[in-house]
Amino acid sequence: MWDYAPAPESRDIANLKPTYRMFVDGQFVEGGGEPLKTVNPGTEEVLAEVSTATTADVDKAVKAARRAYERAWGRMPGSERAKYIFRIARLVQERARELAVLESLDNGKPIRESRDVDIPTAAAHFFYHAGWADKLGYAGYGPDPKPLGVAGQVIPWNFPLLMAAWKIAPALACGNTVVLKPAETTPLTALVLAEIIQQADLPPGVVNILPGAGDVGAALVSHDDVDKVAFTGSTEVGKVIQRQLAGTGRRLTLELGGKAANIVFDDAPLDQAVEGIVNGIFFNQGHVCCAGSRLLVQESVAEELLEKLRARVSTLRVGDPLDKNTDVGAINSREQLAKIEELTASGEAEGAERWTSSCALPDKGFYFAPTVFSNVSQAMRIAREEIFGPVLSVLTFRTPDEAVAKANNTPYGLSAGIWTEKGSRILWAAQKMRAGVVWANTFNRFDPTAPFGGYQESGFGREGGRTGLEAYLDV
Amino acid sequence: MAATSTAPPLPPALADAVRDDASLRRFLHGLPGVDQVGVEQRAAGLGTRSIKKAAKLWAIDTAISMVDLTTLEGADTPGKVRSLAAKARRPDPERPDVPRVAAVCVYPDMVAAAVGELGGTGIGVASVATAFPSGRSSLKVKLEDTAFAVDAGATEIDMVIDRGAFLSGRYGQVFDEIVQVKHACGDAHLKVILETGELATYDNVRRASWLALLAGGDFIKTSTGKVSPAATLPVTHVMLQAVRDWHAQTGQRRGVKPAGGIRTTKDAVKYLVAVNEVAGPGWLTPDLFRFGASTLLNDLLMQRRTQLDGHYSGPDYVTVD
Amino acid sequence: MSERISLGRTDNRVTVAKTYKLYIGGAFPRSESGRSYPVTDAKGGFLANAAQGSRKDARDAVVAARKAFGGWSGATAYNRGQVLYRVAEVLEGRREQFTAEVGAAEGVAAKKAQALVDAAVDRLVWYAGWTDKVAAVLGAANPVAGPYFSFSVPEPTGVVAVLAPRQSSLLGLVSVIAPVIAVGNTAVVVASQDRPLPAVTLSEVLATSDVPGGVVNVLTGRTAEIAPWLASHADVNALDLTGAPEALRADLERSAAGTVKRVLRARAAEDFTREPDLSRMRAFLESKTVWHPVGV
Repeated sequence: MWDYAPAPESRDIANLKPTYRMFVDGQFVEGGGEPLKTVNPGTEEVLAEVSTATTADVDKAVKAARRAYERAWGRMPGSERAKYIFRIARLVQERARELAVLESLDNGKPIRESRDVDIPTAAAHFFYHAGWADKLGYAGYGPDPKPLGVAGQVIPWNFPLLMAAWKIAPALACGNTVVLKPAETTPLTALVLAEIIQQADLPPGVVNILPGAGDVGAALVSHDDVDKVAFTGSTEVGKVIQRQLAGTGRRLTLELGGKAANIVFDDAPLDQAVEGIVNGIFFNQGHVCCAGSRLLVQESVAEELLEKLRARVSTLRVGDPLDKNTDVGAINSREQLAKIEELTASGEAEGAERWTSSCALPDKGFYFAPTVFSNVSQAMRIAREEIFGPVLSVLTFRTPDEAVAKANNTPYGLSAGIWTEKGSRILWAAQKMRAGVVWANTFNRFDPTAPFGGYQESGFGREGGRTGLEAYLDV
Repeated sequence: MAATSTAPPLPPALADAVRDDASLRRFLHGLPGVDQVGVEQRAAGLGTRSIKKAAKLWAIDTAISMVDLTTLEGADTPGKVRSLAAKARRPDPERPDVPRVAAVCVYPDMVAAAVGELGGTGIGVASVATAFPSGRSSLKVKLEDTAFAVDAGATEIDMVIDRGAFLSGRYGQVFDEIVQVKHACGDAHLKVILETGELATYDNVRRASWLALLAGGDFIKTSTGKVSPAATLPVTHVMLQAVRDWHAQTGQRRGVKPAGGIRTTKDAVKYLVAVNEVAGPGWLTPDLFRFGASTLLNDLLMQRRTQLDGHYSGPDYVTVD
Repeated sequence: MSERISLGRTDNRVTVAKTYKLYIGGAFPRSESGRSYPVTDAKGGFLANAAQGSRKDARDAVVAARKAFGGWSGATAYNRGQVLYRVAEVLEGRREQFTAEVGAAEGVAAKKAQALVDAAVDRLVWYAGWTDKVAAVLGAANPVAGPYFSFSVPEPTGVVAVLAPRQSSLLGLVSVIAPVIAVGNTAVVVASQDRPLPAVTLSEVLATSDVPGGVVNVLTGRTAEIAPWLASHADVNALDLTGAPEALRADLERSAAGTVKRVLRARAAEDFTREPDLSRMRAFLESKTVWHPVGV
């Protein structure tokens, strides 16, 4: 047996500080709220103390953003805004390794992913949107589309820096100023991004970052002087926000939950389908709104595929997020782990057949071994509710129509996967999917040029591409 | 297919596949496709494994033991082969604990010289045969080529398939040739070189792999080393999947040999990671995985010294062969 | 009592008055509730009794719209364009009738009424031409950084509940329906409460111009009674609040949040005589991004 020796990335690279403060009007300042302790989910140790915002701080930040919008950013020529945003992109690239290690420490995701996906894609989003800033007249929204004003943005913990980039980059490119609230459990990289924004010398108040819990988010999205709200997170909270904004006239875009079907037809490239399934549900511990959490496999290849899948999942290395060989890191929080455990228990109770990888798990930290449920039916909770963890539910189908019907049989509609070597069937199925992103013979691909967002209860509005600009323009 | 009767016994499902030309074609074309982007991504992803310390040392020693130390030059002489054989026996003369390589690999007329040096050492003598590297000759010549090497004492035969026949869809012909060469090998192990660089697609690599396995090849080997590209990680992934799936269906373990272009320890370790995680740890043995290489060995030896000595080594501290 | 508007007075015969009914799934039922309400002209004179749709009528209309969605959204854009153009043709053929109805409903002079009807016809022609262009204008091939072909296409949101403008009884109505169906949605329309008659006559036009049954469903009645049921209906995907009474708007938006509906808010004093832009179509389009590897 060949045991790979531990190959941990050094945590010193993260330049972890004992305390972090919120970023308002170009300065790092103490928030009025009770400081929060952010925890490394891989070890359960406290990483740092982070100041949090109060309602008064939210108000201060919104005022700063308003001033910056009116006096500087909103009237600055697009070509000048562009250069600032390009600077941010470059600075993120320069500090990529630091950000990657910090992200893995704070979030629990494997360093391989923060290093190869999160941070480079975040930089790419700034780089892409920077180029739009002086070309908005060509985006198809009229010759001179105007910004909305102050954007209040609330992001989740699953891709902390990347989601910040998805939110901030288009807002700035379109000429808006920003107040952003990172997730309570993962505030650190957003605050390093604030440092980067300071280093890039953006005018004070253009970007403000307020750590805190849900109450800070609620205060932000319901603030009267916010012109636009962008939220990524659970459908439950998304609905609350949509209700809050009802009748206010303030703009809203939502990127919410999902329960994506990954459909494998019998003529699929099976080995790559297995990789796609694994990537679809075990990438980022399954903490992905577009995760391929429902595998729909054609009965004629179900047994063969499942056998290959279990063998492959057995090779996944679960453990220390900083180890370069870790495939599946830590669950982000104790609460999330409890939710995953509760839902998997319901799967067993409802009669699904559970298979869990026999991989070793660390003694400390929040971990959940990759799990595959077979014999799942549409009626079970594990087929309907978003688990947001490394748990796959396997259902079977006999005909393409049945596959499509089952795939669409959910109030969500964020993403879908299709695996077949038959071109016409790919296009047929892609057309039938009621989902905002369809991956055919691949899964979980993201790019700033490609719009991302959901149908139905997965939210509305798009992020990325020309389409994504609409969310930050008064059109 | 005339020669089917001489093929090794197969499980019923696979025996059906080789009943006649049409069945063979149906079987090979019925194999699941290989998505190029997907397999290349997986190979690149696994390539980022970071193998350190004891795991690296283990990998280096294992890789050394898997090397088919190769010289396939028109300029080869018995003297060159003798020096290669000496290197095979004691790769690092100052470090007797370094494992021996798996085999030396030479042209048929050099087999006798190699056998003279390696008899009784347990190191194999592999010979390329069958009008290597192009395979463009008559079956008769190919069989005689094989017999010549085997008679001279070769314990392993590295044959080439007829890529022309394969690419024009004459699978039965390719199959028959392998079966007959296998027959001519007698007790010698047969490695079937697919020359994946000429097969152009991963789908073809998968089909050729299964064709060679069905015909009785003990190993499937990527390349002659005379065609570029030679071995690549994703091609090796596809071949490792084939032997893994073959094992799942037949219970037999067959081997894989990437050859050509693997020059560094870093590359070799990536291949071993692929063996470990695609085929499985059961394949991490010279019986089932080989490297066809010449310069790789010295890099492995240098890296081994680096690991053990705690400082970088240099080319003057390992022997040229 | 004033004269019936549909045919006008003739000196020597009693005109045959039309019964104004709902339009659901291609048929013209009365309200299941059996209710009707009097519709008056701008001066308060009686015009006709209109069906007073109920929540169950709304429910039936949603069922019909959902049933029609697959076929209509799956029809070729060319086909949808021709159907919309056909609607314009048939509307043009009933120009006089609509002029009379609009005149009576909105209390405008014949010349102005005719201009509004003409604008409605032209509006349909404008949208008819968009059906097979909107994907090219709003879609994209995404130049992603990797070996993939990625493209994004606009797709219809689904079933759209439309609260038609309260004032502009035909031009406004056409201006809100046409963009919804041009891009492949199906619609449940709540007609102007006080000026519903042109909407019912438009239903007759739709029914006779190749628009498949269920693609447009028209309910007349009390907006405040019907709209909340549509706003909260889980099988409605989007809500156009253009004609929503001010007092109801926030509540309707709140209801819509229950299933994350797309909501097109009412704009202040929308002038339907102005040439529209893409915003009404964009409001009821999703963007679907498709990825596929590029390899051999």
